[in-house]
Formats: sequence, C-alpha cells, structure tokens
Amino acid sequence: MCGIVGLFCKSTELEPRLGEYLSAMLVQMDERGPDSAGVAVYRDPAPPGLSKLTLYSADPEQDWAALGGEVTSTRARHAVVLVEGDADEAETSIRERFPELRVMSAGRVIEIYKEVGRPRAFAETFALADFEGTHGLGHTRMATESRVTTEGSHPFSTGHDLCLVHNGSLSNHNRLRESLRREGMEIQTENDTEVAAAYLTWRLREGAALQQALEGCLEDLDGFYTFLVGTADGFAVLRDPIACKPAVLAETDDWVAMASEYRALAVLPGAADAQIWEPEPSVVYAWEKALV
Amino acid sequence: MAVVTDVEVVDLGTTSLRELNQRLHDVAGEEPEPRRWRVVNPNGSHAVACGLDAPLEVEIAGHVGYYCAGMNKRATVRVRGNAGPGLAENMMSGTVVVDGNASQSAGATGRGGLLVVHGDAGARCGISMKGVDIVVRGSIGHLSAFMAQRGALVVCGDAGEALGDSIYETHVYVRGTVASLGADCIEKELEERHLLEVQSLLQRAGCRDVDPFEFRRYGSARQLYNFRIDNAGAY
Repeated sequence: MCGIVGLFCKSTELEPRLGEYLSAMLVQMDERGPDSAGVAVYRDPAPPGLSKLTLYSADPEQDWAALGGEVTSTRARHAVVLVEGDADEAETSIRERFPELRVMSAGRVIEIYKEVGRPRAFAETFALADFEGTHGLGHTRMATESRVTTEGSHPFSTGHDLCLVHNGSLSNHNRLRESLRREGMEIQTENDTEVAAAYLTWRLREGAALQQALEGCLEDLDGFYTFLVGTADGFAVLRDPIACKPAVLAETDDWVAMASEYRALAVLPGAADAQIWEPEPSVVYAWEKALV
Repeated sequence: MAVVTDVEVVDLGTTSLRELNQRLHDVAGEEPEPRRWRVVNPNGSHAVACGLDAPLEVEIAGHVGYYCAGMNKRATVRVRGNAGPGLAENMMSGTVVVDGNASQSAGATGRGGLLVVHGDAGARCGISMKGVDIVVRGSIGHLSAFMAQRGALVVCGDAGEALGDSIYETHVYVRGTVASLGADCIEKELEERHLLEVQSLLQRAGCRDVDPFEFRRYGSARQLYNFRIDNAGAY
C-alpha cells in the first residue's frame, strides 16, 4: 500500500493554493497509508548566501532560538532555519553542535515535514493548507519494512533540494545499505526507502544526472516501487519494471500532478477534463519549471 | 407520490457508496425497477456497481477507482471515463464498457460476459480469464492474458511484453505489434472460424470500422500443460 501525491504548479496563480490542494490530495490517500504522513514543499527560496534547513526535534520544548540561525517558522516539532554558507556546511555544523536534532531537508527551497498518524491530523497539525509554493509532494505510509516512526516516514532527503517518496517495498535493502555505508553514506534507520534515498544521493554525488541516477535504480534495486522524486525545479516519476504499484499522472494548462489513485487528483481544479495517463514501467518521467 | 423518471440518478457526492451498491443489489429479478441508473460524481471511488445480479443498465458519469463492476452478472455497466485497477474482475455475464482507459488487471479471472475498453488497458489485462470476452480498442500493457484459460481477448492496438505467458486456451487476437510473447505462447494461424469470432466481437463492442483481417492470432503451444523435466527452466 502507501499513497503518493505530487502537485506541480504550471500557472503561478495556483501557487498561493499549493498547500490547500496538496493537503486535499493527501487526505484522499488516507486508507492507503494510515501509519504516517509527510510532505516536501518547495517554496520561499533562501536569500543569496544563505541555506535553508528543516530540522526536527523529538523534544516538544526545543529552544530553536539557541541554534543561532534565523528561524523563519516552526510547525509542530519542525523548524525552518536560514543559515550562512552552503547547505552541506550548515548541515554538518548542526549535526556536530546539536546531535539530538534531525536534519529533515537541506537546500535553498525545500522544506520537509513528516510525522506518525493519519493524513488529516497531519494536515491540521502542520497547517498544510497555509503553504504557498511552486510544487510539493506527499506520502501516506502503511509500514511494511520497518517500524512506524517519524524517522521512518517519508519524504526522505536525497541531497540538496531533493527528496524521495516511495510506494512499495525493496527486498535487497540490507545488502545495499552495507554497500552504501562502505561508500561513506550515512544511513540512520532500518527503513528500505532510506536506502533508496541514499542510493540516489550517492549516484548524484558521483556525478550522475537525476535521469541516470533513477535509471540506475532499475539495475540496482530489487523489489517493488513507484518513486516520486522532488527536485528544486520540479519532480520525476519512476515505476519498477513489473509495475505492480499504481500511479496516475494528469496534466492541465495549470498543473501537472501525480498520485497513486485518481481520487487524489479529483480534488484538483479541472481534473475531470485533465489529460490522464499511467506512467509506463521502467520509464523516467520528469517535469521542470523551465520545460513547461 | 414519487416522480416517475426513466433513469434513477444517484449522486456519489451525497450518497454513500455502500448505499448505492445496496440499492443496486435490492432491485433483483428479471424485471428490476428501476432498470436504468445513472451514477454521478464518482470521483475515483472504489467498487462502484459491484456484485450486480439483474439486467440493469448502469451508466457512471466520470472516472472510477479500483474494482468497478466486479463480479458483474447480467447487468450492463458503462463508465463514461477511466477505470482504476481490477475493472470487472471475475465478471460472470453481462457487459461492462469503459469509454476511457482501464488500469491494470482489467477483466481478471472473468468467467463470462463482454468487457469493452475503448481506450487503452494497462498491465495484466485478462490475467487468468476463464471465459469472459474482452475487446480493447487501444493497446494493452505487459503480462496480459497471463495463464488465460478460456474466452477471447481482442486488441485493436499493440500488446506489451510477455503476452499470454503460460496461457491455456484463451484466443488472443492483436492487430498491432506484440512487444514479446510469454512462455509457451505462440502465433497461430488465423482460420475462418477465428475471423468470424473477431468479427462478431468487434461488432458487439461497437468497433465496426476495424477490419478483422488485420489481426494476428496467438495461443498456447501446449508445452507447459504437464510437467516435463525438459521444460524445468520455463516453469
């Protein structure tokens, strides 16, 4: 099971309502994933010279001001912080100084929020409908491969402004986790999707383009997957060669959207008249701001 | 006094799915009343018009989700949109027509009746079909007619990979290209009786502009019916 949604605004007029639509889409995927929910939202770029981190604290009383950066917002146990320098340095610095915190995302535009529980409660707790932004993706989880925790929820960060959500289960994640650790990748949970995220991060770090990194999944990952990958400029979709896990794409003049089922798309304006199709197995579909 | 209309309209925006299906189940018998139904605002709901067992005519105005018209018996169900996975699974008789596309496993395990998809059908179309006839105006995805036992699958477009893998006695007809044939599925001669079968199904499906002579026939080589050690690699 698990549910995936993604929405990309082709029209700037839609951007103020991104969160409202993303929230409605996520709630439609409740039965597919009642264990936990999460979103990645691309919005509000950091000013030049600054990076944006989303941080998570297990402590509800966390003193975010102590971090030293500019805290632009806090939602539930998450905080968005602007820090000097590039995102790698900022992330390393936070990890060293505040090892109890978890870096959910790092980059210039991405923000990741996730928590255990059902999507409606998640959307309310995080005031999801208030988000404006260019694009976003979300996930509702029915856990199979690891425990139901905030850390095991999706989306997973896969590098600067990149993230991954996954419907399916991987069967070679234990062995691949060991290989990636030998390559120096830091993997914190027993979750299969975190391994896929680390795999993509590793491939991108080694110089692969996103398209190549995703095509590498077809060779190196064993199992079932529909992946939705968020990038600074858009998103990409990939289904495994067997394509058991559902995926529907839809496009109008105003938006491109992806979901596990049509009913999550039905909440979008003009959905009934949208061009609708299923992505083919083993084919990478990508949208970027510059291309649409 | 109730207003007598030709068509009973049910709005899934205000009526629960369970209530709709219960009402459709309650009108049993040879002369169900009302006979004609129209379902509006389906918005991708699952299991719309499942388990019907009367000569009803049900039109669904929009896209539906999983398992639409499953186990259909005698009824005619028409979807004016796309259908999600498991369309008309295990249908017994009657007719199911989709104007748009159908997702994976359309017509799976069907025992009788006619399923028509005017757009494309996804992967695993007609998997384990046991007597249903399926006509797809567009193309079908990979692993279609896997272990298909009886009935006919007519595809006016192309077929994806591994068509008819481990097929039994379903007749498969494809007008376009076949990406690859599955284990024990081979092309067979299109004899006159097969032409008549294709012609009849195309007519019943409303595809009268399609020429039955353009189809090629595929079926079982019958080498995997019984275990033979020589075939161990193919099982």
